[in-house]
Amino acid sequence: MSSHSRPRRAHVSPVHALKDTVVIARRNLLRVVRMPQLLLFATVQPVMFLVLFNYVFGGAVGRAIPPAAGGEYLNWLLPGVLLQMAAFGSTQTAMGLIEDLNNGVIDRFRSLPMARSAVLAGRTMADLVRNLFVLALVLALGYLLGFRPQTSFVPLAGGVLVAMMFAFALSWVMACIGLAVKNSEAAQPAAMIPIFPMVFASSIFVPTETLPDWLRVFADRQPVTRTANAVRSLILGEGALAPSLTVAGEVTAAVLWSFAVLVLAAPLAVRLYRRAVS
Amino acid sequence: MQDNRMQPIVRAEQVEKRFGTIHALAGVSLEIEAGIIYALLGPNGAGKTTLIRVLATLLKPDAGSATVAGIDVVHDPVAVRNRIGLAGQFAAVDEYLTGREAVEMVGRLYNLDARTARERAAEVLERFSLAGDADRLVRTYSGGMKRRLDLAASLVGQPDVLFLDEPTTGIDPRSRLEVWALIRDLVGSGTTVLLTTQYLDEADQLADRIGVIHEGKLISEGTGNELKDRLGGAVIHVDVADEAQEASRAALAVDQGATGTITLPAPDGPASLVAAVRTLDAAGITPTDIGLRRPTLDDVFVALTGHATEPTQPGNGRRRGRRGRRRRAGGQP
Ligand SMILES: Nc1ncnc2c1ncn2[C@@H]1O[C@H](COP(=O)(O)OP(=O)(O)OP(=O)(O)O)[C@@H](O)[C@H]1O
Ligand SMILES: [Mg+2]
Repeated sequence: MSSHSRPRRAHVSPVHALKDTVVIARRNLLRVVRMPQLLLFATVQPVMFLVLFNYVFGGAVGRAIPPAAGGEYLNWLLPGVLLQMAAFGSTQTAMGLIEDLNNGVIDRFRSLPMARSAVLAGRTMADLVRNLFVLALVLALGYLLGFRPQTSFVPLAGGVLVAMMFAFALSWVMACIGLAVKNSEAAQPAAMIPIFPMVFASSIFVPTETLPDWLRVFADRQPVTRTANAVRSLILGEGALAPSLTVAGEVTAAVLWSFAVLVLAAPLAVRLYRRAVS
Repeated sequence: MQDNRMQPIVRAEQVEKRFGTIHALAGVSLEIEAGIIYALLGPNGAGKTTLIRVLATLLKPDAGSATVAGIDVVHDPVAVRNRIGLAGQFAAVDEYLTGREAVEMVGRLYNLDARTARERAAEVLERFSLAGDADRLVRTYSGGMKRRLDLAASLVGQPDVLFLDEPTTGIDPRSRLEVWALIRDLVGSGTTVLLTTQYLDEADQLADRIGVIHEGKLISEGTGNELKDRLGGAVIHVDVADEAQEASRAALAVDQGATGTITLPAPDGPASLVAAVRTLDAAGITPTDIGLRRPTLDDVFVALTGHATEPTQPGNGRRRGRRGRRRRAGGQP
């Protein structure tokens, strides 16, 4: 009956999408600012790992680490802990999304003429900023404990950048898990299923040379190891890597992995989001 | 050009929505003219929220079509969202923002520039008597204040059509009257309001038109008085002893409920009453009380759905819907 009226189709322009993303990211960050205890706990955990692993494994593993670490296990460990922190921290993306879904905030967003992508992008962006903040804190606390980068500022910054790229890509994976599970009690353990083997069967805590051969087949190839290698070699120099590896090679692998994960996870998250809300 | 005033501002045609085996909407058709308050009245699970979600572009209908302000909700949801405001059944407020931040954020997401968003936010907060608390964190608000904040946020985009899903659920009677006044006020300034309610007095006092929805179907529609008139000028109410309940209901051919007062239409007034008395007498039943009175909307509801409605005053222990329970499972931080 209404065939006469064909209203102009309104799209959300990319400029508006970007603005909406910033608005949502700001909202998510305000939450972090208003609950600083979230940040505190996010920092305490990696620092605890840093201290515990340093003293528990430092003696045993210390001898196995390359001399580029300056003879300190802590120097070897800290770049790895940055990634461990990124991995565990990314679960917050899932938690935040689930909370918004279940308390009707996303319904409100969806009734507004805003870009749909902004809900997810604003969330992952905010988590990126939060991660960066926690990472800076961990670096500073590490310094107090005796951590010393063995290169200069620029590669150190490069290492942080690589770690953040990885954290960002992982956030999208966690967004997928959160949107698929939709329940915070279930999402927490579900998120740990990929995280645990990836974090522990990797070069985060120990050089993969110390692992049994069958495990090395996986450990040497998986993204967390490649990214940890990249971050570590940027902070400690090429000597921190196994002789067959190069800084350029590891950084390239790390960037490609982050990119690949992002390219797979982001569209999937968008699809799951559509499904989750209808 | 067509005359826009002739077009209903909200129109649904044979809208259907299924969730698995549940037919939440089983073909709802509806037209709402601009500038009125329209109440969707129905018991738990009737499909009220589902219909609101379809009209507010949150849910795609499985069949049928709907337009808001002449715009198809499926084909052009973004354009529809520019024209509507929505306050969902459960206040969707950000606990860790201040009231002002929350409303300004919604304004920004309506594509208002920062200054306009700020001005509008101040305006609606004032209007909802939240100006004094605007800079406090929402988590310190009472339930009623959160509800009002949610309503305020739905208005910041100055929508043509406002969808309010159970706007007075969970707030005290005084705030309820306030919200009613605000809703009337809005309509005075040109907004069309579609609200849902389980409370008859709310529909009766607030709405210009009422649609009764039950099991996914719109089973009756009209003004409060029209609905009452459909039962005839009067109804008969019958009270019988408990042990005679079943027999009485069978004799009078009513299939509503199993206990309590029996009501039935009295199209012929006193003659109908006499007929009812004879019927009961023939069945050997003597009522404890029987009489004739003006129908209330409650009678209409019972006659239409076979269900009694919620008590007219929202009590504290009112049961929550499915979504409400899920939401509370998260616990408070
Ligand atoms: N997402 C969903 N998945 C499965 N079933 C659903 C979903 N949403 C609604 N339903 C079902 O559809 C029916 C209509 O639900 P709806 O929420 O529209 O009712 P309502 O009239 O708003 O009820 P209430 O007064 O309790 O809010 C109910 O049987 C409900 O269980
Ligand atoms: Mg409902």
